[in-house]
Amino acid sequence: MDLALFERVSEFEWRIRPFGRMRVPGVIFASEALMREMDAKVYEQVTNVAMLPGIVGASFAMPDAHWGYGFPIGGVAAFDADAGGVVSAGGVGFDISCGVRTLLTGLHGEDLDAVKERLAEALYHAIPAGMGSTGAIRLDAVEMDRMLKGGARWAVERGFGSAADLERIEEGGCMKGADPSQVSDQAKKRQRDEMGTLGSGNHYLEIQQVTEVYAPEIAAAFGVGEGDIVVSIHCGSRGLGHQIGTEFLKRMVIAAPGYGIELPDRELACAPIASPLGQEYLGAMRAAINCALANRQILTHLTRQVFSEVLPQARLPLLYDVSHNTCKVEEHKVDGRLKKLHVHRKGATRAFGPGHPDLPRDLRDAGQPVLIGGSMGTSSYILAGTEAGMQRAFGSACHGAGRAMSRHQALRNWSGRKVVDDLAGHGILIRSLSMRGVAEEAPGAYKDVGEVVDAADHAGRARKVARVKPLVCIKG
Amino acid sequence: MAAARWEHFPHQADIGVRGVSATLEQAFEQAAMALTAVITDPATVAPREMIRLSCEAPDAELLLVDWLNLLIYEMATRNMLFGRFEVHLQGNRLAAQAWGEALEPARHHPAVEVKGATYTALRVAQQPDESWVAQCVVDV
Repeated sequence: MDLALFERVSEFEWRIRPFGRMRVPGVIFASEALMREMDAKVYEQVTNVAMLPGIVGASFAMPDAHWGYGFPIGGVAAFDADAGGVVSAGGVGFDISCGVRTLLTGLHGEDLDAVKERLAEALYHAIPAGMGSTGAIRLDAVEMDRMLKGGARWAVERGFGSAADLERIEEGGCMKGADPSQVSDQAKKRQRDEMGTLGSGNHYLEIQQVTEVYAPEIAAAFGVGEGDIVVSIHCGSRGLGHQIGTEFLKRMVIAAPGYGIELPDRELACAPIASPLGQEYLGAMRAAINCALANRQILTHLTRQVFSEVLPQARLPLLYDVSHNTCKVEEHKVDGRLKKLHVHRKGATRAFGPGHPDLPRDLRDAGQPVLIGGSMGTSSYILAGTEAGMQRAFGSACHGAGRAMSRHQALRNWSGRKVVDDLAGHGILIRSLSMRGVAEEAPGAYKDVGEVVDAADHAGRARKVARVKPLVCIKG
Repeated sequence: MAAARWEHFPHQADIGVRGVSATLEQAFEQAAMALTAVITDPATVAPREMIRLSCEAPDAELLLVDWLNLLIYEMATRNMLFGRFEVHLQGNRLAAQAWGEALEPARHHPAVEVKGATYTALRVAQQPDESWVAQCVVDV
């Protein structure tokens, strides 16, 4: 990206002065190196978001920002309903509430040595992954609506996990304001066989080992120590979320002119928060958040079942569950006053600082765990929300590495089989239905997640707590 | 004039699908082939079963997105892949037939599941050589 387009506010903050129809500035948090590599489309998209009605503060982008749909992936923007603010289906994306959860195991590296292969095989068979895979649970119409209302709480009531899990999920595992009646029959039908499935693309279930601890006190509060084995699950709201995104994107594109909204890009499709369409979307989108939370809860249960057979001494409590693609009503300080805002995070993680009332009591002093997934075969990171982070970008941080090249290019550069063999040589077992899928997700196709996380830390978005490396990856 | 063809074009996070042909209808058919090719080699999909589809949208570009989303929906809910298409357009109304078969992971090796067709890099237009192009990015 051309750095001359920005005013450099600090080493890790780059500002776009408002021009034309921009209502607020654009702000990107990144190192100079990440800025130079960043797609020029990010500049365009950050600028476009700044033009939307009712936007508050600035149109933000995180260090992993890349070319998305309307919003950049890694984009954060908050809107004030009282000032004509909007809710945008494009600003949330198709995979509503796609996110990551990490489970502790109480195990250490040596506990795994003798059973790693067996565990990989058992997980590969137990976790439905890839296109066309189906879950063991089929929901009838009544149960589907209960799931959409209840989220992970519904899953726990049905025997998938325990009440203690709910404390460690955003919103206590149940997004309020979900309205299953706003979810179309098509979206529900698309979800019928997909509860408890991982999906595909960059979704995964990984067994990981903590290799480095940067902030021992916070790590201790999170229950994470060097050498520990953890399990991370990355997936979202499956077909239901995709269908809701698809349907509302179209409705909002068609309705926007009627609301007097001039869209700089059709993909920014939005409606006033206060409008019937805006409210219908919020009801459906919240139901999709619950679907994602329930889905990750069921996958957690399946993972625990596998561990109980292979490593019966392991207990797998939930460290935390974060969502990436959401619009949530939150209170933030604007010009010194607390205000209710609709915060869109598109490929960005909520990162609430210490003391925030929404955090579970036993994590309140440490700050919210911020789980940053790497790409297949590379490190992931655990960070913590900070007080400084709350002051800017509404308590938000990056969400992952972000692609460095297209799938197209990745296919030309790597063969799936070779990627699997190379990673096996490094002690990382990959299990996947599709070798082409593995090639498209090759580690080299992604940016260096370490650089992204360092930038997030230096920019005060969240504090680095620990690094984990993958040992087993079940790829969706 | 260009022969009917499909191709993919790069998008940083996802992938673009493009159909090019002498007629708008064939360009839509080719874009659908490109969609299948995101998942698997279309040549491996046998035309065992036919389904009928229809949709309507305010303009040709929105119609392309609708058409692809309809196929994504049918693939997901029928657990099928499609390898042959016949599209008929009347104004901004589309009626189509799609031939395909049940997805068999062991044989089709699906690389990825498509979440939805997007309005990004969306273009339906006649080119200077009079051929039609129909394209957009799909989210995977």
